[in-house]
Amino acid sequence: MTMSEYVLQEIPVGPYKHLVSERAVTGETMLLNMGPQHPSTHGVLRLLLELDGEIIVNAIPDIGFLHTGIEKNMEAKTYLKAEVMCDRLDYMNPLGNNLSYCMAVEKLAGLDVTPRAQALRVILVELQRIASHLVWLGAFGLDLAAMSVFLYCFREREVILDIFELVSGQRMMTTYIRPGGLWRDVPVEFEAAVRNFLKIFPKRIDEYEALLSKNPLLLDRVVGIGKLSAEDALSYGVTGPGLRACGVEWDLRKARPYMGYEQYDFRVPTRKEGDTYARYIVRIEELRESLKIIEQALNKLPMGPVNSDNRKFVPPPRSELGTSMEALIHHFKLWTEGFSMPKGAVYSAVESPRGELGVYLESDGGPKPYRVHWRTPSFDNLSVISLITKGHLVADLIAILASIDIVLGDIDR
Amino acid sequence: MDNKLEKIVQVLQEKAGATLEEFRGEVHVLLDAGQIVDALTFLRDEHGFSLLSTLTAVDYWPQAEPRFHVIYQLTSLTQNLSLQLRVPVGASQPKVPTAAHIFTSANRREREVYDMFGIEFEGHPDPRRILMPEDWQGHPLRKDYPLGYEEPQFTFNFEEIDLRKPYVKE
Repeated sequence: MTMSEYVLQEIPVGPYKHLVSERAVTGETMLLNMGPQHPSTHGVLRLLLELDGEIIVNAIPDIGFLHTGIEKNMEAKTYLKAEVMCDRLDYMNPLGNNLSYCMAVEKLAGLDVTPRAQALRVILVELQRIASHLVWLGAFGLDLAAMSVFLYCFREREVILDIFELVSGQRMMTTYIRPGGLWRDVPVEFEAAVRNFLKIFPKRIDEYEALLSKNPLLLDRVVGIGKLSAEDALSYGVTGPGLRACGVEWDLRKARPYMGYEQYDFRVPTRKEGDTYARYIVRIEELRESLKIIEQALNKLPMGPVNSDNRKFVPPPRSELGTSMEALIHHFKLWTEGFSMPKGAVYSAVESPRGELGVYLESDGGPKPYRVHWRTPSFDNLSVISLITKGHLVADLIAILASIDIVLGDIDR
Repeated sequence: MDNKLEKIVQVLQEKAGATLEEFRGEVHVLLDAGQIVDALTFLRDEHGFSLLSTLTAVDYWPQAEPRFHVIYQLTSLTQNLSLQLRVPVGASQPKVPTAAHIFTSANRREREVYDMFGIEFEGHPDPRRILMPEDWQGHPLRKDYPLGYEEPQFTFNFEEIDLRKPYVKE
C-alpha cells in the first residue's frame, strides 16, 4: 500500500455521543484510539481520546480486555483451591492478594493466626509492596524516557523475587499465605536473605532519587501535571498513594491495623499537591517506610508454630499422618471436600501497594464460596484519568497514567 | 457495635425503615430500593461516609423474592467506620436507582453490576457493559449462568463434538 492509499480510520462518534463533547459530533475535535496494544498503557488498556490538536478534551478508558472471570471461577472451587485464582488478580502483588483473601476466610471462619505467622506475613507483604513499587518506578521512568531506572529497579526486584522463591518455590504466583497461617515455615536461609536486602536497599533508593527526584527533565514533565483534589479523589474512590498524595492521611495499616501492624513504628507519607510528582514522592517514601517495618518485624520475629491448630481448617502436619487416625481423616477431608464455612458474609480490606484491596466473601454454609467480590484498587484509581487529564497534552497523559500505577489484572479480574 | 455506628443505624431504622444484621462485628443494614439514594446522601453529608469502597451484588437464584442483594460498602475516613447497605431486588425487572450522582465511583461499579448481574440502575448516565464485550449475551455472575468448559474429545465421540465446535471448518 502506498502512502496515498492510507485512509485515516476515524472512530464513529455514535456509541460515545454521551461521553464526548459536542465538538466531536461536528468533527471539530478528533477521536483517537490509544491501545489496547500500546507500550505506555501498562497492559491491555484502551483509551479513547478526544483531542483538540494536542490537547486532551476527554479521555475515556475502555477496560475488560483482561477479564478472566476470576470471581465466577472462585465460586466453583473450594476455599483452598480458590486461593490460587487470587494470585492472578493483581500480578504485581500476589502475596497481598493472598493475605486479603485469607483474612476474609479467617474472619468468616473465626480462625486465629499465630504471632509468628502474622510477623512473617507482614515481612512478606512489605517485601511485595517494595517489589510492586519497584516495577511501578521502573515503568514510570521508562514512560518518561529514563531507561536506566527501569534496569536498576528490576535488578533489586529480582532479589525480592528470589526471597519469594526461597520460601514458596515460586517467584510470582506464590499462594504462600494460607487460611489459618502459611503454607509452611520459612527456611533457615530466609533471615539472612532479608537482612542482605535490608543492607543493600537503602542505598539503592538514594540512587533512584539521585537519578529522578531533582532531575529537571523529569520535573518539567511531572510537577503540576494531573492535579487531583482530595474531594474528587474520595468521590472517585481513589485510595492508596494516589489519595495520600492529595493530603488525606488514610492508610488501612494505620487506621485499622491488621496482622499486628500496630506494633511497628512507621509513618504514613502524605503530600498536599495531588499532582504526578506528589504521587511519585509518596511512593518513594513508602519504600523507606516498608523497609522500616520489615526490619522491626524481623528483629522481633517470634518463634512458634506458623499454622493454627484448628484441624477443621488447617491440614495436619505430614509427620502426624503416620501415627494419628484423626490426622489422616482430617487430611483426607480437607484435600477432597475442603472445609465448610459458617453461613454469612464478611468484607475484609487490606492496604495493597495500590490502595484498599477488599474482599467481599459470602458463604452459604458449604465448602465453596457462594460469592467472592474483589474490591480492586486500580479499578477505581483508573477512573480518575478522565478527570485529571483534561486540558493536558497527550504526552502528559503518559506521565499521569504511569503515576496512577494501574495493573490491568487488578482492574479486569 | 460501635457507639457512633449505633446512633447512625438508629436514625436509618427510624427514617428509612431499615432492618439490621450483625455478623463478625460487621453491620449490614437492609433497605428498600426507594430509600437508598436518601440513605447514601444522608450518610455522606451528615456522617462523613465519603468513600464508597465498593458496590456489588449477590444472586440468590433460584429464590425469586428477593433474587438479588445490591451491596454498598461505605467507609468513613473521619470517624473510621464501615457500614454495609444491602438492597434486596426482585427477579422480574431488577431495578435500583443510581448512586452515580452521589459517588462518582458508583458510575463504574454500577456498570459492572449491570454487566455481571443484569441489574439496571435507573438514571445511570452511561449504561453500557464494562468488562464483557458490548454484544455479549447474558450476565455471567448470575447463578443460572453456567461456567463454560470444553468437552473432552475421545475417539468414539470426536466427530460428534467436532461438528458442534464454533471454529471455521474447511
